[in-house]
Amino acid sequence: MSSTEVTAARVSDLSSTYDVEAIRADFPVLRQNVHGKPLVYLDSGASSQKPRTVIDATVYYYEHDHSNVHRGVHTLSQRATDAFENAREKVRGFINAASDKEVIYVRGTTEGINLVARTYGDANLKQDDEIIVSEMEHHANIVPWQMLCERTGAKIQVLHFNDAGELDMHEFDALLSDKTKVLAVTHVSNALGTVNPIKDMTCKAHAAGAVVVVDGAQAVPHMQLDMQDLDCDFYTFSSHKMYGPTGIGILYGKEALLDAMPPYEGGGEMIKKVTFEETTYNDLPHKFEAGTPSIAQTVGLGAAVDYLDAIGLDNIAAHEQDLLEYATACAAKVEGMRIYGTAKHKASLLSFGLDGIHPHDIGTILDFEGVAVRTGHHCAQPVMQHYGVAATTRASFGMYNTRSDVDALFTGIEKVQQTFAR
Amino acid sequence: MSDLRELYQEVIFDHNRSPRNFGKLDDANRTAEGYNPVCGDQVKLYVRVEDGVIKDVSFDGQGCAISTASASIMTEALKGKTEQEAETYFKSFQALVTGEGEADDSLEEMFKLEVLGGVREFPMRVKCATLPWHTINAALENKSDSVTTEK
Repeated sequence: MSSTEVTAARVSDLSSTYDVEAIRADFPVLRQNVHGKPLVYLDSGASSQKPRTVIDATVYYYEHDHSNVHRGVHTLSQRATDAFENAREKVRGFINAASDKEVIYVRGTTEGINLVARTYGDANLKQDDEIIVSEMEHHANIVPWQMLCERTGAKIQVLHFNDAGELDMHEFDALLSDKTKVLAVTHVSNALGTVNPIKDMTCKAHAAGAVVVVDGAQAVPHMQLDMQDLDCDFYTFSSHKMYGPTGIGILYGKEALLDAMPPYEGGGEMIKKVTFEETTYNDLPHKFEAGTPSIAQTVGLGAAVDYLDAIGLDNIAAHEQDLLEYATACAAKVEGMRIYGTAKHKASLLSFGLDGIHPHDIGTILDFEGVAVRTGHHCAQPVMQHYGVAATTRASFGMYNTRSDVDALFTGIEKVQQTFAR
Repeated sequence: MSDLRELYQEVIFDHNRSPRNFGKLDDANRTAEGYNPVCGDQVKLYVRVEDGVIKDVSFDGQGCAISTASASIMTEALKGKTEQEAETYFKSFQALVTGEGEADDSLEEMFKLEVLGGVREFPMRVKCATLPWHTINAALENKSDSVTTEK
């Protein structure tokens, strides 16, 4: 099911049906010049752009239906509640969760992981329990676990990756024991692009009695997900990386686990009955949704799901794999260019360095060519430490990118090298 | 529109290629480390102060062309200056690169620093230029903690 399993033959079959120009036309922000050059947006890994339908859905909601949800008996309150819950059902179908109760609205991936660490973690981990965290995690999937260890006395065991950016599965087998209580791992590395074998890892972690928490932020825009097939216990992602609005994300959790967990934040919506003697908590998913949620953003997220469904994640994956193959081939011809992350299963991003040139300088000069890339440590400093660099430059591709965007990137890189060769 | 050549002047490439006063200073009596958490850049400043005068100064670490050149030019400008003069230079340099306030052109070494003036058109890069200055400021104030570009 991973995007990288799409064969080259299928890529060419799709090239006639995948109308990237029509898709580009759906994204108003792409129609602009930056420093006098057409914008080439290669930073979707940080945040993707939004199609017209997502923007329109959000505006329509505010112009016609806005009210608070689950609160009033009046018409607008009902419409807002319907829109809010319809979006949840769309997301459920999109990730093939077994029930709406397993789809919790959160602010984003970071909050999703923190929620699990604070609730499941605090309730279930104790002194000397172990949490396996991979070396390629984003800080959001490291720090909440370190904080949990400070509170409970549990310990982090680091699962390393090789220089290609692939997790060491022998080490994984060796780390798993009856002390292992949590496996925290990313589905797709934001700094390397590696697609990790989540289904296999989940199976092994479960055999050791651990729960599996997956950071899906970089996976969800690139591949069709199926929670029931993956079988992980928690999976969390952000709307803004999958062409939806900022400020909303999803925590998927298995119903039995969510049911047994204590609530996260206390407040309105998450309760059934409050007296000063006792409070009873609301049913799932509302138990974890204290306070007025980001309603318009969920409506936009629903529209993003519709948009992705209409194009088809398999088609998007095939298109992006073509871009990755093309970009990787272009990179091989550039002298002094090093690619970080050459895993066999890889999502569509290129993290690289140029000999003697700092990523910040690369990013500034590329910007003058209209090319937007991310430079820095990508909130994954252990990955930087693995390769002994302070930072890399990352070009991440989305559904709207083209081979000519890749050409613009490499023309820009040539310009960078010329500038520094003076 | 700001020009890329205003940011990357030839002098900056020169200092980036062969930074002056680069490396550890063994007899330093003031040191500080600077860190930019946005990009992971690090710079360490070594200063030998005698009777309130910066007798020697050097730096090492890794950074972009802007921060490396800024550190290199700074060490050239401040060698032989008093601590008080260094503070005046720091304020003047901040004014130069942020565009807030007036740079003091009457300072004899200010002309050297002016090649970094183009940075003010690039708000995301101002911190690259100021990191070495914040760091030497911390060293001179004898702050033991490392400094960062984030407050």
